[in-house]
Amino acid sequence: MSTREDSIARTGWLVGRWWIPAAAVAMCAALLLGAMVGPAGPTWWRVPLALLDRLPLISLDSGISPREWTIIWQIRMPRVVLAALVGATLSLSGACYQGVFRNPLVDPYLLGVAAGAGLGATVVFTVNRSGSSSWIVDPLPLVAFAGGLIAVAVTYLVGTAFGGQRSAATLVLAGVAVTSLATAMQTFVLQRNTEVIRQVYSWILGRLSSATWSDVRLVLPYVILSCGVLFAHRRLLDVMRVGDDEAAALGASVKRIRIAVVIAATLGTSAVVAVSGLIGFVGIIVPHAVRLLVGASYRLILPLSFLLGASFLIVADIPGRILQNPSETPIGVVTAFLGAPFFLLLLRTRQGTR
Amino acid sequence: MTSLNLSGVGVAYGTRNALNDFTDSVKPGEWLCLIGPNGAGKSSLLRSIAGLVKHSGEIRVDGSPLRMRSARRRAQLVAYVPQSPILPDDMTAREYVVLGRNPFISHFGTETKHDWKIVDDVLHRLDLNDFAYRAVGTLSGGEKQRVVIARAIAQESPILLLDEPTNALDIGHQQQALELVDKLRREHGLTVVSAMHDLTLAGLYSDRLCLLHQGYCVSRGSAAEVLRAETLAEFYGVSVRVHHEPDGTVVVVPFRHMETSSDI
Repeated sequence: MSTREDSIARTGWLVGRWWIPAAAVAMCAALLLGAMVGPAGPTWWRVPLALLDRLPLISLDSGISPREWTIIWQIRMPRVVLAALVGATLSLSGACYQGVFRNPLVDPYLLGVAAGAGLGATVVFTVNRSGSSSWIVDPLPLVAFAGGLIAVAVTYLVGTAFGGQRSAATLVLAGVAVTSLATAMQTFVLQRNTEVIRQVYSWILGRLSSATWSDVRLVLPYVILSCGVLFAHRRLLDVMRVGDDEAAALGASVKRIRIAVVIAATLGTSAVVAVSGLIGFVGIIVPHAVRLLVGASYRLILPLSFLLGASFLIVADIPGRILQNPSETPIGVVTAFLGAPFFLLLLRTRQGTR
Repeated sequence: MTSLNLSGVGVAYGTRNALNDFTDSVKPGEWLCLIGPNGAGKSSLLRSIAGLVKHSGEIRVDGSPLRMRSARRRAQLVAYVPQSPILPDDMTAREYVVLGRNPFISHFGTETKHDWKIVDDVLHRLDLNDFAYRAVGTLSGGEKQRVVIARAIAQESPILLLDEPTNALDIGHQQQALELVDKLRREHGLTVVSAMHDLTLAGLYSDRLCLLHQGYCVSRGSAAEVLRAETLAEFYGVSVRVHHEPDGTVVVVPFRHMETSSDI
C-alpha cells in the first residue's frame, strides 16, 4: 500500500475511487439546479424544500402552491431527467465506441449512428406517426435503432475493408460518408412528404423542451438495457486497448465483444436520439474530458462518462431555457458553445501537468 | 513443465504460403529459437501457436491438441509477446500487467485480490515496483519491454512465445531482457519459443536453433550446427565469419571484402 500512497502523493491526483462519488454528487447537484431554474414558477430556494417534502417521513412547509408544484413536477422534472438520460447515454456510448474501435475520434455522430437513427425516425414520422399509438410498443426507438445499427455496420465494414483495422482516419471518413448518405436519404424522404417537415425539423433540433414523463418512460428501458451491457464490458474494454491480436492472445473473444458493445451502444444512442433529437458534442467531449482527468481505465471512464454526461447535458439545457425567453436556444448550440472551450481548457491544464 | 508438439503446421495468407509443413517437438523447459531472414515464416509460426492465424497441421500442448481449446484456455497455456506490442500510453504499468490475468477472469468478472497479488509479485520480481503507478507511455524502451514481459509472466502460462523480444533495444538492454527470460524460464520451468534476428544472441541463450527460409525449416540443431558460415551465406546472402569461443559460444561477425571498401 505504501507505494500506492507514495505515487498518489507524487502525482497529486485524487484517488480513483473518490471520483465516482464526486461525479454522483455533481449529477445530483445538476438535477437539483435544473429543477430550480426556469422562466416561470416558484422562487428557486423553495424548490429543494418542495422536493424534500415529497420524500417519505419528511414534512416541510415549502410554501409552494399546487400550480407551482405542477410546474416543477410535470414540466421541469421530466425535462431534467430526460436531459440526464440523454447526456449519460450519449457520453457512455461515445466512450464505448472509442474503446471498441480503439479510435479516439469516433462518437455516435461520426460513426453515422445518429444520422441513421434520424433517418429511421423520419421514416416513422412519414408513415403516419399518429397511427402508431395503437401499437403495443412505440416503433420510434426501434426503427431508429435499426437505422443506427445499419449505419454503424456499413461504416465499420467500409472503414475496415479499405483501411484495415488500424486506420483511424478511414473509419472516420467512412462515417462521414455514411452520415452524408443517411442525411441525403432523409432529405429525400422529407421532400416527398412535405407535410411532416415541420414535425421532423423540430424533432431534429431537440425535443427536450416539450419533454413529458411518457418520453422518459419510452427511453428508460432501452437506456437501462444498453447501459447495463456497456458497464458489464468495462474490464474487457481495457483488454481491447492492446489491439485485436494481443487481446485475442489474452483469451478475449474480440469479435464477440465488439459486436455486443456496438449493438448496445447503438441501441442506447438510437433510443435517446429518438426522443431528444440530434444533440452533438456530448459523446466526444465528455469521455475525453474524463480521460484527461482520470486516465485511461474504462472502469473509471464508463461510470464517470455516464454521471458527468448526465450533469453536462442538464447544465447545458439551462441557458437554453432562460436566455432567449420565451423562445428557446436549441440545446445542440449550447452544448457546442459550452463544450468546445471547456475541452480546450482541459487540454491546456493537462499539458501543464505533464 | 510442458511440452509443445508441432506436426505439419502450415500457414497461408491468401495464395501465399508463409509456412509449410513445420514439424518440431519442443521439450519441457526447452528454449527453441527461430532464426531466418525477414518473411521466412518465424512470426507466422509463433502466431499460429498463439491461435492468431488459421493453420493446417496439429499443435499439441502436453499431448492434447490446442485447436480444441477455447481462446481463454489456450491463453492459460500459451503467452504471446508480439514484435511491437501496443502499449496504451496512459495506462499504468500495473493496469497493463493485470491484463495478463484476463484468461483467468470470467467474461464479465473482475480481478480478484489473488490476481492483483500475482501482478504485484511479478512487478516485484521484475524489479518494476517503482514503475507500478507510472503511465507506460513515460517509460523507456527497456522498461517497456520489461513491462510487456511482466504481462506475459502474469499470465502464468507454461509456454512463452516471444517475437523479436530484443527488437529496438540497445545491446545492454538486449542482454538484460534475455537474461530475464532465461531466469524466469529456469525459475518457472517455462518452455520458450522465440524469434530473433541477432544470431549470436540467439545461439547464446537458446538450447536449440531452427533456421527458416521461405516457409521451410532448412536447418536445425545446436548453435554450432546451425550457425555455419556457408549456411548463413546461402540463406541470408551475407558474408560472415563464425568464431567459436573457448566456452562454446558461437559468434557471428559480418565482414566486408576489404578491396571493395578501399576503392571508395
